[in-house]
Amino acid sequence: MPEAIHLDDYRRVVPPQTIDLLRRLAGRVRGRSLLHVNSTRVGGGVAEMLSRYVPLFEELGVPVRWDVISGAEEFFRVTKSLHNALQGQEQAFTAEMLAAYLETNRENAARLHLDSDVVIIHDPQPAALIVFTRRPASAGTGREGGRWVWRCHIDVSRPQRRAWAFLRQFVTRYDGAIFSLPKFAQQLPLPQYLIYPSIDPLSEKNRDLTAEEVAATLDRLGVPRDKPILLQVSRFDRFKDPIGVINAYRLVKKHDDCRLVLVGGPADDDPEGAQVLAEVMGAAQGDADIHILVLPPAAHYEVNALQRAASIIVQKSTREGFGLTVAEGMWKGKPVIGGHAGGITEQIIEGVTGYTVNSVEGCAYRARYLLHNPALASQMGHHGREYVRERFLITRDLAEHLALMVTLLNA
Amino acid sequence: MSLEGAVQPFEFVACLELREMLGRVAWDERELLAGIEDAPADSLYYHTRSYFLRTHYLSAPYPNDFATWAAIQVRDRVLGERLAVVDPFDFGDVELLRADLISVIDAHLGSRGTVPRVDTGEPFHFMRSMLIDVPATAKAATLEEFRDGLARVDGSAIYYHFYEPARRRPEADPVRWLDAMGRHDVAARVRALHPSMSSLDGMRAELLAICDQALGVHGA
Repeated sequence: MPEAIHLDDYRRVVPPQTIDLLRRLAGRVRGRSLLHVNSTRVGGGVAEMLSRYVPLFEELGVPVRWDVISGAEEFFRVTKSLHNALQGQEQAFTAEMLAAYLETNRENAARLHLDSDVVIIHDPQPAALIVFTRRPASAGTGREGGRWVWRCHIDVSRPQRRAWAFLRQFVTRYDGAIFSLPKFAQQLPLPQYLIYPSIDPLSEKNRDLTAEEVAATLDRLGVPRDKPILLQVSRFDRFKDPIGVINAYRLVKKHDDCRLVLVGGPADDDPEGAQVLAEVMGAAQGDADIHILVLPPAAHYEVNALQRAASIIVQKSTREGFGLTVAEGMWKGKPVIGGHAGGITEQIIEGVTGYTVNSVEGCAYRARYLLHNPALASQMGHHGREYVRERFLITRDLAEHLALMVTLLNA
Repeated sequence: MSLEGAVQPFEFVACLELREMLGRVAWDERELLAGIEDAPADSLYYHTRSYFLRTHYLSAPYPNDFATWAAIQVRDRVLGERLAVVDPFDFGDVELLRADLISVIDAHLGSRGTVPRVDTGEPFHFMRSMLIDVPATAKAATLEEFRDGLARVDGSAIYYHFYEPARRRPEADPVRWLDAMGRHDVAARVRALHPSMSSLDGMRAELLAICDQALGVHGA
C-alpha cells in the first residue's frame, strides 16, 4: 500500500512558492464544503482525478465529499449514447430513453446529500440532478444556499444539436460551467470557466520508477523490450481510434521493426467497450508484435511502467475531451503523437513536444521520423516534461478550483 | 531622504487567474475587430497582459493573443506584427488601448482587398479573467526588505505588482510606495522598466539589480 501523499510532498516537483500560495488561497474558503458528483468510482480520467483531489482538498481545510450516482444498465446505455451524441456522433433517442435518464437522476437526487456550499457535477450523466434537488431556486443567482457548477470533461465543440438541447435545459440552471478548452464553450446564460484537467506527478501512474521496476513490470505483462515500443493507453472506444493506431503501426512496420502496445479496460459506465475491444482483437490477430492488454482500472503502476518503457506515446483520438494520457507521456519525457482533437492540440506543441496528426498515414510518418531521430525524440521529451510542469499538474488545477470557490462564494 | 518607518510597510500580494470564456469567436479579422470593440475591459487585459502570468516555459510568438492568432491561425503575419508592436503598458486607460488595437486592424483591413480569415486554423475565442489576489507572507518596511521580498515571492506577485496596474489594489503600487519612502531614485528606475519586453523571471532580475545598486550591494 503506497504511503499517503501530502501537499508538502509536491515541493519536490513544483516551486515551493506554489504550495505556499495554495495554502493561503485555501484560507479564503476554509471550512466551506465542496461536493463532487460523477458516475463512476473507478475507470476513466474523471474518477482518477477525483481520487487525487479529495485528500488534498481535505488537507487544505476544505471539507470535501465525492459521491457517485448509481443506475441500471439501461441508464448507462442512454448516457453512453448521450456522450457520443455530444461528441458529434449521430445517435437516436426515444422518449423512453430520455425518461430513463431523468428517472435515474431523480432517484439519485433523493438518495444523495446535495447540500454543500459548492457542488460540482461532472459530465452529462448526473447533470439533471439539479432539477430534482429539494432546495428552492433563488432568482438570478441560481441555487439557494449552495452554488452549483457543471463540469464538462468531453468534447462538445460539435454536438448533435438534439442531444445538446436536451442537456442544455439542465445546464442553464447551474451557477456556472467549467470546460476544458475554449472551443467547447457554448452559448449559455451563465459564466463558463476554463480549467484544464491535470495529472498527479506523485500518483502511482506518474511517480518515478526505477529501470528495474519498469523491466520487471514489462516481463510480468509479457511485453518484450527487444524493439522500440509504440504505446496507446485508452479506453477501447471508437473515438480513440485504436484500429487507426494498428493501421499506422502496420505502415511503420513495413520499414522499421517495432512493437505496438494497446492498453485499456472498459469502465463501469462504458457498455460499448467490450464490442470495440473485440474489433481491436480481430484487427490485431496474427501479429505477435501487437500486444492488447486489458488491465483493471487500478493498474496505474503497470501503465506507468509501460509509458516509461515506450519509445513513442500515441493518442490518436478523433474526438477528445482533453486526453490526459498525452500529459502523462510528456511527464515521462516521451515524445507524443496525438490526433488533432480536443485538448491534445493544447498539450502538444507542434514539433516541440510531439506532433499532432490527422490521418493514419500522418501518424505512421511521424512515428517513423521519431524512431529514426532518437536525439530529437529525447529533446521533445524534455520539453514535454517541463511544459507539463508548468501547465498540467494537479497543483495548478487545485489552485484554480480554489479560485473558483472564492469567486462563487464571494469569499 | 529615506522615510523608512514613517510609511506603511509594503505588502506583497500574489495572484491567480480564473479564466472565463465569453462564448464569442472570430473567424476573420473583421470579426476580431468587432469583438475587440465589444469586449469587456477584463478581456483586453487578459489577451494583452496575462500571457506573462500564464507562460513561463515555452512562449507563443507574441505576448498579445490577438497578434499570435493573426500570425498563426489566419497566417496574416503582417497584422500579427502590427498588433504585436502595440505595447499595452503604454496605455494608462484600457479604452485607449482598445482604440489603438481597433485602429491598427481597421487600417490593415483598409489596405486589403479581402478580409483575411481562418482557413484551416482555429477561430479566436474571446476570454477574460478574474484576478484573485492572495496576500503573500512577505512585507517590507525598508528597501532591503523590499529587495528580499522581491527575491522570494511567487512569480505571480511580480505579475500582480508590476504588470497589472489597473487591476491591483491601489496600495499595491510599488512605485508609489518607493516614492513615499523617499526613494525617488529607485522609483524612477522601476517606472522606466518595460514589462512587455521581459518574462516574470527577467523582470524580477531587473528589479533586484536596481535594488542592489541602490543599496550599494557589492557586484551590483
